[in-house]
Amino acid sequence: MTRSPPDGSALARLQSALDRVGVTDAALQDADTAHLLVDAHRALSVHDVPGVEVQVRRRLLGIAVDVRVQPGAQIANPVHLCFGLSNPFGAQRVRLDVDIGEGASVRFLAHCLFARTRHASHRMRARIQVRRDAQLSIEEGHVHGAAGGIVVTPRARISVGPGARLFSDFSLLQGRVGRLRSDYRVDVAEQGLAELAVRVRGRAEDRIELNDHIRLNGIGARGLVKTRVALTDRAQAVVRSTTEGNAADARGHMDCTEIVKDQAQGESVPVVRVGDPKAQVTHEAAIGTVDQTQLETLMAHGLTPDQAIELVISGMLRPAATEPA
Amino acid sequence: MTDPLLQIRGLRLERAGRRLLDDISLAVGAGEIHALLGGNGCGKTSLAKSVMGCDGYAPDRGEIRFVGQRIDTLPLHERARLGITMAWQEPARFEGVPVREFLTLGHPEADPAERLRRVGLAPWRYLGRMLDKTLSGGERKRVELAAVIALAPRLALLDEPAAGIDLRSLDEIVRVVRELRDAGTAVLLISHREEMGRIADRASQMCGGRIIVSGSPQHVAAQYREHHCVYCDGELTHDTQPA
Repeated sequence: MTRSPPDGSALARLQSALDRVGVTDAALQDADTAHLLVDAHRALSVHDVPGVEVQVRRRLLGIAVDVRVQPGAQIANPVHLCFGLSNPFGAQRVRLDVDIGEGASVRFLAHCLFARTRHASHRMRARIQVRRDAQLSIEEGHVHGAAGGIVVTPRARISVGPGARLFSDFSLLQGRVGRLRSDYRVDVAEQGLAELAVRVRGRAEDRIELNDHIRLNGIGARGLVKTRVALTDRAQAVVRSTTEGNAADARGHMDCTEIVKDQAQGESVPVVRVGDPKAQVTHEAAIGTVDQTQLETLMAHGLTPDQAIELVISGMLRPAATEPA
Repeated sequence: MTDPLLQIRGLRLERAGRRLLDDISLAVGAGEIHALLGGNGCGKTSLAKSVMGCDGYAPDRGEIRFVGQRIDTLPLHERARLGITMAWQEPARFEGVPVREFLTLGHPEADPAERLRRVGLAPWRYLGRMLDKTLSGGERKRVELAAVIALAPRLALLDEPAAGIDLRSLDEIVRVVRELRDAGTAVLLISHREEMGRIADRASQMCGGRIIVSGSPQHVAAQYREHHCVYCDGELTHDTQPA
């Protein structure tokens, strides 16, 4: 276990952003909870627990983070990975290397904290390996500022081993998305499972480009890409989802919904590739305004049209983890 | 009946050149269950949507009054605030909206658990669930009915409340509709099943966009069962209905 001396000012700013998404200081003080708190390229706090090893090192341009979960480890408490910028201007480059050992099970809560940024960028290059029969759940929540002056470009190359399971859920929790260009590619081995979910709202001049690619390479591999985007004002989004069924009994599905209002523009480009006659990949996409029956049902409860639209959108974008039990 | 809660006079509605409602006149009294019977496509749902104020269902002619006030030009949510609500034949799905939240919309003081019990759903099992495709159509209909109870409206438009409900649960739905009436809510009960009509205080039968008979539920239900339509014997369609 290691603890870096905290930088009071930066720590306080990031902690304030964490508080806004319900992560209290107690979670980062808990001896049984692994965490990492990074401001720009500086680790403010690092804490391991048995079975989880977090290592951080500076790079010439950026920071490198290695997270190792020991084979067979069943990690009870979620691992908090907090990446933020405490200053309004700046750039963050993160190289993340994750290795989930055979049969291990762990949940990551990734908090990306850019509430104060006015002109900044966050670049993530991740390599994630979920080994045989392991399970990894990543819930990535972004807190952005109201100005939208942030460029976020996460890229992940993920390998899901035989019988392993990956659940990834990316949400914008607060603020304007700014510019988001994600690029996720997942290779799934036999009997493995990968589920990718993205929920984002674009406002004003926001630009969103989502690229999700799942390759179902093993027999009985399964994959799901679920995308929920709400666009208002002049925001624009392009959702490119690709699923390949490359082995017998592979099953994939892509499900994209974009709600578009005002002068916003949405585009969905699903690509289905099947390289084995026993594989099956399906897709559904809906782009348009809010469903009229939904609106009228809510208005029949006395909600105004604007309140009804807001409820439909906020429900659609609500991260799975925050859905009330 | 004196001073009906809902008064419809001479209502006509055309869409895409088809007459969906033709010279409809109907009165529903406070605390009354009025059954609207008729086969598929005869205009029952169109009439309910017109009363509720749904998009595309504004009447071309005639008037709708609620407690004496003309409402056919009011937007839907304002009619709801006057005390009218509707349960749809095919309830909407709401991704990410839990049953608990749905049951307190517009009525935050309502006890959602108690409302669920009244429609035969166990609160511990349903309150935290999402009102999405993980619930069956029958479950969503019950949740919607529970929402109607929570609203305690003056007028409830129930479109096929028994559709998708298993036979064992039909009695529960009947009980809930009666309880609504007993609590003072007027119910316009839409159904193509004549046995639902029997729980009403009054009934009407529709065919080809018209109300062809009104009277006691027994009389209307018997006629509906025996003759389907006194004028066309079930063969009249919207397209052949004379203007």
